[in-house]
Amino acid sequence: MTFEPGDRVRVLPSEKPGHVRTPEYLKGKVGWIESLIGEFPNPEELAYGHSGLPERPLYKVGFRQADLWDDYEGPAEDYVYADVYEHWLEPGEGGPV
Amino acid sequence: MSGHHQHEGAGRTTSPYAARIRAIEALLLEKGVLTEPEVQDSISYMEARSQANGAKLVARAWIDEGFEELLLSDAKAAALQLGMEPEHPAEFVVVKNTLGVHNLIVCTLCSCYPRAILGRPPDWYKSFEYRSRAVREPRAVMREFGFEPPESVEVVVHDSTADVRYMVLPIRPPGTEDMGENELADLVTRDSLVGVNVPRL
Repeated sequence: MTFEPGDRVRVLPSEKPGHVRTPEYLKGKVGWIESLIGEFPNPEELAYGHSGLPERPLYKVGFRQADLWDDYEGPAEDYVYADVYEHWLEPGEGGPV
Repeated sequence: MSGHHQHEGAGRTTSPYAARIRAIEALLLEKGVLTEPEVQDSISYMEARSQANGAKLVARAWIDEGFEELLLSDAKAAALQLGMEPEHPAEFVVVKNTLGVHNLIVCTLCSCYPRAILGRPPDWYKSFEYRSRAVREPRAVMREFGFEPPESVEVVVHDSTADVRYMVLPIRPPGTEDMGENELADLVTRDSLVGVNVPRL
């Protein structure tokens, strides 16, 4: 496992096409690793009839709403969790959360 | 094609997408990739599942602390214990509402939903509007469904982007102390399992 719970991570701003499970609104955003969910066949390969192996680590990643939208309506404590594959993450700036 | 499927009855839709699906289905049958009984089994499987399963899980968790613990730590095992068949490659995770945290489920990329337990998602869950607004302005979305969590409550959105399907364990409404399990289950709406609303007396 490359990342540990509490690590700050940035979602890669990649424009890779295909059956990508990383939503646009999170690309380039910084959040934190909440937990490792497990390892799963890579959906970007699986969707096109390949095995998707080796399996890829999938993390539950948290983002503060205030970091996602400039004009978010609601308290600063509101947040979003998304499930993001390890190959879409890089270490984020600012050290551990 | 044979034309006796349940989905070709009264509810038959004439949208181009439905026509395309029917054409693909006919080809799959014609080429022997699928058989008629397989298609029927699959339809029966989906139609046998409904939010009643979710309501049962919630009602049991409300009256049995040990079951709640299992539901939150291993939701598939909890579902099996109540005779449901959560067999599906995706993980199934239940998130708990508390006095300080309210959870909301969405799939911004498509319409991922715990179908193995709850069946098909409602149409609004698949709509572009819900999918985009649930992460962008969840409090406004909930207001439109008739629920407004106070500012002191953290709103936590779970975007089912990959291999996990989520369901909410709502708070048991006050004033239900004397209710039995079945009566409690009747209070648990599909909206409350997605988190756009809460169960009420």
